[in-house]
Amino acid sequence: MEPGAAAAPALLLPLSEAEQQCYAELFARCRPGPAPEAAAGGSGVAELFRASQLPADALHQITELCGAKRVGYFGPAQFYVALKLIAAAQSGLPVRLESIKSELPLPRFVALKNDSEMRYGTPAEILGAKHQIPHTALDKNSFKRADEGDKQQETKSPPVSPVGSPPASPSSYQRVPLSYGYSKSRSGHEQKHGASYESRHSAHQQDGSAAGNYGAKSAHGQLSRSLSAEKEPQNSSSNYSDDPWRITEEQRDYYLNQFKTLQPDLNSFISGTVAKNFFTKSKLPIPELSHIWELSDVDCDGALTLAEFCAAFHLIVARKNGYPLPDKLPETLLPDYLQTASLKPIRDCALFDSYSESLPVSQQTRDFNRTELETVCEDPTNSEPLILFDVMTSVIEPKTSAEEVPDKSALTQAANSDDKQALNISTTVKTIPKEFQHLAIKTVAHETNTLKARPRSRSYSSTSIEDAMKKGEEPPTPPPRPQKSHSRASSLDLNKIFQQNTQAARSGWLPPPPALPPRPLVSQTEQVSEIELHPQMNRVPPQTEESSPTKKEILLTQPPSKPIRRKFRPENQMLENQELSPTISAASSLSAVKSHHPVQKQSSKQKRAIQTAIRKNKEANAVLARLNSELQQQLKEVHKERIALETQLEQLRPVTVL
Amino acid sequence: MAVCIAVIAKENYPLYIRSVPTENELKFHYTVHTSLDVVDEKISAMGKALVDQRELYLGLLYPTEDYKVYGYVTNSKVKFVMVVDSSNTALRDNEIRSMFRKLHNSYTDIMCNPFYNPGDCIHSRAFDNMVTSMMMQVC
Repeated sequence: MEPGAAAAPALLLPLSEAEQQCYAELFARCRPGPAPEAAAGGSGVAELFRASQLPADALHQITELCGAKRVGYFGPAQFYVALKLIAAAQSGLPVRLESIKSELPLPRFVALKNDSEMRYGTPAEILGAKHQIPHTALDKNSFKRADEGDKQQETKSPPVSPVGSPPASPSSYQRVPLSYGYSKSRSGHEQKHGASYESRHSAHQQDGSAAGNYGAKSAHGQLSRSLSAEKEPQNSSSNYSDDPWRITEEQRDYYLNQFKTLQPDLNSFISGTVAKNFFTKSKLPIPELSHIWELSDVDCDGALTLAEFCAAFHLIVARKNGYPLPDKLPETLLPDYLQTASLKPIRDCALFDSYSESLPVSQQTRDFNRTELETVCEDPTNSEPLILFDVMTSVIEPKTSAEEVPDKSALTQAANSDDKQALNISTTVKTIPKEFQHLAIKTVAHETNTLKARPRSRSYSSTSIEDAMKKGEEPPTPPPRPQKSHSRASSLDLNKIFQQNTQAARSGWLPPPPALPPRPLVSQTEQVSEIELHPQMNRVPPQTEESSPTKKEILLTQPPSKPIRRKFRPENQMLENQELSPTISAASSLSAVKSHHPVQKQSSKQKRAIQTAIRKNKEANAVLARLNSELQQQLKEVHKERIALETQLEQLRPVTVL
Repeated sequence: MAVCIAVIAKENYPLYIRSVPTENELKFHYTVHTSLDVVDEKISAMGKALVDQRELYLGLLYPTEDYKVYGYVTNSKVKFVMVVDSSNTALRDNEIRSMFRKLHNSYTDIMCNPFYNPGDCIHSRAFDNMVTSMMMQVC
C-alpha cells in the first residue's frame, strides 16, 4: 500500500505489513471520506490519540513531529508517522523521529465508549468473540507475515483489520493477560503471546502448530481473566466517563476504618489538629494539604465529619497517585453526595460480611470483584494500592442505578408512612431474598429512621457504633447542621453538640436538634423495647402488633441496649406521665409516640430556655438598674431644686409676711 | 472594586497583599504601609472606650487625589486595608463594609484550616478567588 512509502517523504519510514494494515485501518476510521488521500478528521484523530493513553504533552509533541501542525491537517503520511510515534512513546522510547526508525510494536489504544473504537488495536479490547473465527484464520496468515516482516519486533498478533489484537509487546503484557477473548482457541493464542514471544515466533513459523501449544493453561484461569478483561474495558471506560473522584466501596471502607481509629464515634467530628497530624503522615507538602483541607471542609468549621474526612482522604490518595488537585471540590466528593451514597455502600459492605454465599448474577460479578478487592485490601496501611477506581465502579454503577429505582418506589411507599406501614414493609422484607432485603433496608433507611431495627438485625455483627453512624447518615442533610451551629460563633453550642454527641454515642441516637424524623424512630424502638420491659406502659395497641415483628430484631440487640434503656426508664416514667401527651400530639403525626427523645429534647430546650431567660433577665436587670440610677439622679436634682426653691421662699417670706 | 487589598498581621507585617494593575504594585504597598499609621491611630483612639463598642470598620483612612484607603480591624488586631480608585464614585460605604465583611469571613475560613499557622502568609486558593472577585476588572 502506498502509505508505507508515502509515510516518509522526509524519512523513509519502514512499516511492516502488520503496521501498514493497522495504520490503514485506523486511518480509515479517522478519515471522514472514502478518498484514501483525504486527511483524517481532526476529532477522530484527537480521540484516537487520547485513547492511546499518553500524556497530553507527549501527544502534542507527536503531532508536531509528525508534521500535522506544519501542514495543518492529518494526511496519511502525518497520520502514520504519528501512529508510529505513539507506538514508540508507549514502548517507553522518547518521542523523536529517530526512535520510530526502529522496529516497534503497534500502538495501543484503549477503547472509549463506542464499540467501534474497540476495534482499534488494543490489548484491553479483545472481547470480540465474534471476531474470533475470522481472526484465527487471519492470525495465522499474519503471523507468517509478521515473521517475515520483522523478526526483532516484539510481536503482536497482527492487528488485522476489524479485530484489534493484543500486541504482545512486553510492556503491554500487564494488560494483555487481562484482555484475552473468550473462546479457547483465541485465548490459547493469546496465552501464547503472553508466555513467550520468541517461542511464539518459532511456533508460528509452523503455522498450524500455534494452536497446539496452549493446552497448559487452565480454561478457568482464562475465563477469570476474560471476565476481568470484560470488566477492565468497562472499568477503564467508566474510568474515563466517571472521574477518579468517585469513591469506591473498598476505599470507603478503608476511610471508614481510618476514621474510626481517629475518632470512634462515627457521628462526630475529627478535630483539626488530629486530622492535621494524620494527614501529615501522608507526606504531602503542607500547602497541598492545606488546599485539600480547604476543599474538603465544606462548612469551614475546622473539623471533619465522616463525609468530609472521606473526601479529604480521597483527595490525598488521588494526589499521591499523581492526579492534580482540583480547584473546586468535585461533585462526587461533596458531603451531601457522600452521605447519600454512603448509605448504599455501607449496607452493601455489611451484606458482604453476612451474606457472601447467596448471590444472584448481579452480585456475582461483584463477588468476583471482591476477590480482587481482597487482594488489594491486604495492605491497608499503604493507601496507594487502594486507588482501584476501576474495579468496583462499573459494577457499582449498574447496581446502584438498579437499586435507585426500587428505592424510589419503596420511598414513595414509606413516604406516606406511619410506623405501621414501615413495619409492614419490614415484615415483608424479611421474606424477601437477601439481596433485595438490603434494597428495602436502604429505602427505609433513606426515608425515615423508623426501621432502625432493621439495620440492626442485619448488622448485628457490627457494633453499635456502626449503628450510630448509619443513623447519623440516614437522613442525608441533618448531621451537617450541628456543625453549622457550632461554627465560629459560640462555644456554648459546641458544648451542647458534644454533650448530645456523647449522649448519642451512649444511646446510639442522633443528636436531637437536627431532625424530627429521628425522634419517632427512636421513640418507636424505645417503645418497643419498653413494651417488652414494661408491659404496663400505655401504648397505642396497634403499635404493639406491628412492633412484634420488630421485637424479634430488637431481641437480637436486646443485650447491648438493655443497659442503655434502663438509664432512661426512670426519666421516661417520670416525665412521660407529666408532659408527653401534649408534646406527642405536637410532635409527630405518628400515633402514640412517646420517647425519651422529646423528653431529652425538652430538657435541653428547657435548659436553653432557662439560659435565655436568665440572659434576658440580666439584661432587663441592667437596664432597670440604669434607669434606676438615672431616676435617682433626677430625684436628687429635683430635691435640690426644691430645697433651693424653699430657701428662696423663706427668704422672700419674711418680706411678705407681716 | 478595589485596586489593592492587603491583610496585615498584628505585628504589622503583611500576610497577604494583592493589587491590580500590577505595575503600580510598589506604590500600593507603600500606601498600605503608610495607612497603617492611621489605623493605629484610630485603634488607639477607640481603645479608650470599652472594647465591645469598638467598631471593626474603620472607614475612610485617608483620601488622596487618585484613590481612597479604607481600613478594617478584627478583634485579633489583624487589619484589612483596601485601596479604592477615587474615580469609582459609585462605591458607597455599605458596599465597602460588605466587602470587608466578606474578607473577614474568608479570613476566618482560612483560620479554621489546621494546616494554616497564624502568622503565615496566606496562600489559600479560595481566598484568592474571593479577592479576585472584589478587585477591579482590568482588561
